[in-house]
Amino acid sequence: MASLNSNFLGIKSPNPFWLASAPPTDKKINVLRAFEAGWGGVVWKTLGSQVKNVSSRYSAVNFGSKKMMGFNNIELISDRPLDLNLKEIAECLKLFPDRAMIVSLMADNDKKSWHELIKKVEDTGAHGLELNFGCPHGMTERGMGAAVGQDPVIAKMVVEWVMEAAHIPVITKLTPNVHSVVPTGKAVVEAGTNALSLINTIQSVTGIDLDTLVPNPYVAGKSVFGGYCGPAVKPIALKMLTTIAQNPITSKVPVSGIGGVSTWRDAVEFMLLGASNVQVCTAAMNHGFRIVEDLCEGLNNWMDEKGFKTLDDFIGKSVEKITHWEDLDINYHHIAKINPDKCIHCGLCYIACEDTSHQSINLEYGKPYNNYTIKEDECVGCNLCQLVCPVNDCITMEEHRVAPEYLNWKAFQNSGLPLNNH
Amino acid sequence: MIESNRLSEQQYAENFSDIHPPFDTEDAALVEANRCLFCYDAPCMKSCPTSIDVPKFIKQITTGNIKGSAQTIFLSNIMGAGCSKVCPVEKLCEGACVFNFMEEAPISIAKLQRYSTEIAMAANWQLFKRKESSGKKVAIVGAGPAGLSCAHVLAREGIDVTIFEKESKGGGLMTYGIAAYKVTPQFCEDEVNYILGIGGIEIKYNQELGKNLPAGRQGVSLADLQKDFDAVYLAIGVGLARQLEIPGEDLEGVEDAIKFIYNIREKGYDKVAIGDRVAVIGMGMTAIDAATQAIRMGAKDVTMLYRRTQEEMPCTQHELDIALLDGCKIIWLSAPKEVIGENGKVKQLICSKMKLGEPDASGRRSPIDTGETFSLAVDMVIKAAGQMPFEGLIEECKIHPAPGRTKGKINIKDSATNIPGVFAGGDCVNGGKEVVDAVQAGKDGAKAIMGYFKC
Repeated sequence: MASLNSNFLGIKSPNPFWLASAPPTDKKINVLRAFEAGWGGVVWKTLGSQVKNVSSRYSAVNFGSKKMMGFNNIELISDRPLDLNLKEIAECLKLFPDRAMIVSLMADNDKKSWHELIKKVEDTGAHGLELNFGCPHGMTERGMGAAVGQDPVIAKMVVEWVMEAAHIPVITKLTPNVHSVVPTGKAVVEAGTNALSLINTIQSVTGIDLDTLVPNPYVAGKSVFGGYCGPAVKPIALKMLTTIAQNPITSKVPVSGIGGVSTWRDAVEFMLLGASNVQVCTAAMNHGFRIVEDLCEGLNNWMDEKGFKTLDDFIGKSVEKITHWEDLDINYHHIAKINPDKCIHCGLCYIACEDTSHQSINLEYGKPYNNYTIKEDECVGCNLCQLVCPVNDCITMEEHRVAPEYLNWKAFQNSGLPLNNH
Repeated sequence: MIESNRLSEQQYAENFSDIHPPFDTEDAALVEANRCLFCYDAPCMKSCPTSIDVPKFIKQITTGNIKGSAQTIFLSNIMGAGCSKVCPVEKLCEGACVFNFMEEAPISIAKLQRYSTEIAMAANWQLFKRKESSGKKVAIVGAGPAGLSCAHVLAREGIDVTIFEKESKGGGLMTYGIAAYKVTPQFCEDEVNYILGIGGIEIKYNQELGKNLPAGRQGVSLADLQKDFDAVYLAIGVGLARQLEIPGEDLEGVEDAIKFIYNIREKGYDKVAIGDRVAVIGMGMTAIDAATQAIRMGAKDVTMLYRRTQEEMPCTQHELDIALLDGCKIIWLSAPKEVIGENGKVKQLICSKMKLGEPDASGRRSPIDTGETFSLAVDMVIKAAGQMPFEGLIEECKIHPAPGRTKGKINIKDSATNIPGVFAGGDCVNGGKEVVDAVQAGKDGAKAIMGYFKC
């Protein structure tokens, strides 16, 4: 049986699943429930100066029958007294010494404030610090959160202050509200951060109430941009994670992956793209802490099936599979094939291809069931039909190489081969 | 013994509650609507005689556009609300749903259709605007599904429509010929009123086509209608049940299924007399409706007789299941031979045992008498072996019948009869099909009439 033991900067946890800094980790009662449920660690909700929250705080994007495909919040950092938080952190550590306890921090924007806060947190016995350079609302107006993470120079300065005082590992959490996470990532690694975590939430408007015309979440007739997260942001997080994993400077430090992790499959994907562990929030807020059971069991079964004994056996394995477009093999070609035994005659492949792609599907009229077949000469192998097909493995993409040898775009151009020849 | 009022009020209410209850909540409807794949050139739509754009109306439920959803339904089928309750969807839209290929339950299309149309009817959304009156007048005979459907399309086009209806209520067999646990009399009345809401349609009740009417019935002749109107549409349906033509058919206790169901609808369950032991002849939808209602009204024993086998039965499996679940007994390959009476009342039904022979004109294997008989002790016999077209009336109006076995079905070409300006559709042409078929016939008729006006 595979081992799920995780070691992140020497911080050990029985599995790689941490709860991200957020409402689920803002007090002892939640954190103890999480540990009892089996979570490997928590990042305690961000501590800093006193704030006041508003009501309401969350909104969501639903898709079809699925609720909370995307989730949005306008909550600030912890609004509980600092001393109470510190006391409870110490108590949780005592009750569950085998779990990772990271504390998220966002001090006022001066060196003294950071140093004082770090000292107090270290006194609790916490295992690590996470710097919140990502919160996109409320704190940015005060020059904190994403306002720090969006400017590599400021971020670097703050990390330097932190590293002067910290005796325990420091993780810097990056904001996605930038054109690229790499500049800030590089700056904070150069400033000495021990690790990175990403992504924080993405600024968003989730929707508008079509009766009141006020966007969500509603606060006395107004709304503000919130921080978007949940399953909808996973692809963006994975892309940003990859850029960190591929950069020679940022790839030197471990990364904690965040952004829409809901299942063990998501977790594996983050880890394949270089995350040493993952942090989860929205999925827990949607279903409760019990989701950790399948996170662990699913990961374990997958590792057993694939022959991976430890997490390190597969972390980062897919990073090199993401290349530059011009290095893709343009002699590779595949063509859709519809299995007539599996086809349920819904016509979704046909209409998608006919209206929006390459008119590569033939419709043979029947009442009530039409038959659909691929026009092999027309098919560009775009995958659209397979993506819209509701039946597993009904449409498969069959390899039909143009030529056996690898040929990329640069070589193609250099050899003067004809363009627009499809 | 034949008697009425056999059950308590509560028992009647339970036995006649809605057999296909609606979605309890909006959420329940949304979960089901979201299952729909939104097929292209959808098999469900192609299997609907009125071609309702099913994927579109279901998609509109998911987007919260219930008004649009109802309009999509009513545009193709103005009786979409009633059809959602009475259509044999298992052989139409739901039977064609692609989920059947995946061994998954088909989308509950009827239930979703009921959802949107009930909201529209409750709010009395009038979703169609009548064009300015063109001055053209059309007479329609029969306020059943075909007549109402034709009237609504014509009204939309700015035609002034007058419907002549022999009963005192509209809806035709929807109102008078369908089991009460499928549609209530109140619903039928609401549906007729909703259809009339567009304006430009007047129904003259208790007005019957023909000259030789029983005393007290008000007649209207085709000649008068031709004179007073620019076109006439005949949607007169079919008449009473086919006679068994066996000895004892005139005994007290031998009933016509249509009349039996009509009485239940018109008078109420508790006012209609039912026997202890009832035989129902036939295995069509009407036979099922008669048998199930007999048992639900308190008959102790109901036996259905059919001269062929389950393979050839005209009702759907779903309908048969209703009868079986209600406790009706079925004797396949049996035909009534003689009704034996005592003091003028039914006492026994003698039946012939049948076997299947060569296929007949309908393509089904024909039943052949084996010569063996058996008898059933019954005190009531309900005849539901098909309905007869109004052969005499057609002849009197000089309208050509269709050639073939069933006499009296009207012959049409693109909805037109042999008499210029006189059109026909629905059961009187097809001999008796589903409500949804009649609605489509009404649409076809209206289109033909509009074409006739343009010529």
